[in-house]
Amino acid sequence: MKQKIVNSLEAAVADIPDGARVMFGGFGGAGFPNNLIQALARTGVKNLTAISNNCGTRDGELGIMFKNKQIRHVICSFPGPHAYHFQEQFAKGEVTCELVPQGIFCERMRAAAAGLQGFYTTVGVGTEVGIGKEERVLEGKRCLLEMPIHADFAFIKAQNADALGNLTYRLAARNFNPIMAQAARTTIVEVDEIVPVGAIEPENVITPAIFVHKIVQAKGLHYGG
Amino acid sequence: MADKARLTREQIAQRAGKELPDGAYVNLGWGIPNLIADHLPQGIEVYFHSENGILGMGPRAKAGTEDPDLVDAMKVPVTMMPGGSFFNQADAHLMTRGGHIDVAALGGFQVSEKGDLANWKIPGAKGSGAIGGAMDIAAGARKLIVCMEHTTKDGAPKIVKQCTYPLTGIACTDTVVTDLAVIDVTPEGLVLREVAPGWTVEEVQERTGAPLIVRGNVPEMKLS
Repeated sequence: MKQKIVNSLEAAVADIPDGARVMFGGFGGAGFPNNLIQALARTGVKNLTAISNNCGTRDGELGIMFKNKQIRHVICSFPGPHAYHFQEQFAKGEVTCELVPQGIFCERMRAAAAGLQGFYTTVGVGTEVGIGKEERVLEGKRCLLEMPIHADFAFIKAQNADALGNLTYRLAARNFNPIMAQAARTTIVEVDEIVPVGAIEPENVITPAIFVHKIVQAKGLHYGG
Repeated sequence: MADKARLTREQIAQRAGKELPDGAYVNLGWGIPNLIADHLPQGIEVYFHSENGILGMGPRAKAGTEDPDLVDAMKVPVTMMPGGSFFNQADAHLMTRGGHIDVAALGGFQVSEKGDLANWKIPGAKGSGAIGGAMDIAAGARKLIVCMEHTTKDGAPKIVKQCTYPLTGIACTDTVVTDLAVIDVTPEGLVLREVAPGWTVEEVQERTGAPLIVRGNVPEMKLS
């Protein structure tokens, strides 16, 4: 059996190089891999492209990564009212940002996961989002071509994992996590509990083990924001 | 000269709530739309959807019972109704964009006579801006209600011939509920369906930046 469980946060984030493209799960304070983010911040890795719905909540969530100037480019949908470090660096031109409609953000990651080379959508037609994108009329509707969002790594938060990497999520902390787990080449997950193989009933598995590469147990770091 | 009394934000929400059919799946956006949940008409049951992956969302959580893993799209701790469900964010947006949600309500900065909506960015504002789920909703909602004040704080119309603010979506709005009127966007143009109590058709037209079509007698809104 492939050993996916690692014993420390440091080991979980050890392979992330400068310039990597990293997805980060989480929405509204729920489902953020905060322990992994803190560990990644401590490595001093630089020039990352972050793919994340928001851009941090004060020093919490991705805030610490912006504060440390470790992120160069971000693909996001809703930077958030308390993304102070991001906004400060964005204003100075130290960070660049691609804003994406939130559902299209999801679908572009799903396209990457599914091996699809893009798709057409009516979302964003006639808005700033459509600038520079190929447009065509399909089924009588103006549509934009949207391309996949790929990533080298996904950092996600789940509730339970077994040693194989099957995952469950708690309440609305699921949000972007299962999507990112499928989209990245390497998925690193922090979980509240590691349970025995077989303890998660097959029909209750939300993210199947095939999408998960490293698992670390890390509980109790949460930012209310 | 001070204007006559207009609807409060709560009253706009109350009037917009009457647009929801019994049994509807409903998404409520930031601002006035979010107040609709507290002002539903008696005798109807609707199911609230949240873009972070909730269907069957219940009222706000009482103090002391909040769970940080159970929040709405505005990060407010909420509860679940019996029969509710959780799903990932892609499926949540699929429900709005794919036309599965019956009614969505959004706030607005401007609505054009063609139903274009601008609600995500103020021209010249500093910072990156933020889109969130609004463009998916605008593009795909089966029925989109925009709830907003009829004019800006300076008195400029927010219902206009053409939006000057950055657009959220084109020809996406079905109905606008404001503190002065209920207006339907139709292929012929904007149809004035109701006026606020005490207001005349002419007074509402004066405060609207596009022509309003009047078909017969326009009744006053009923708020009770």
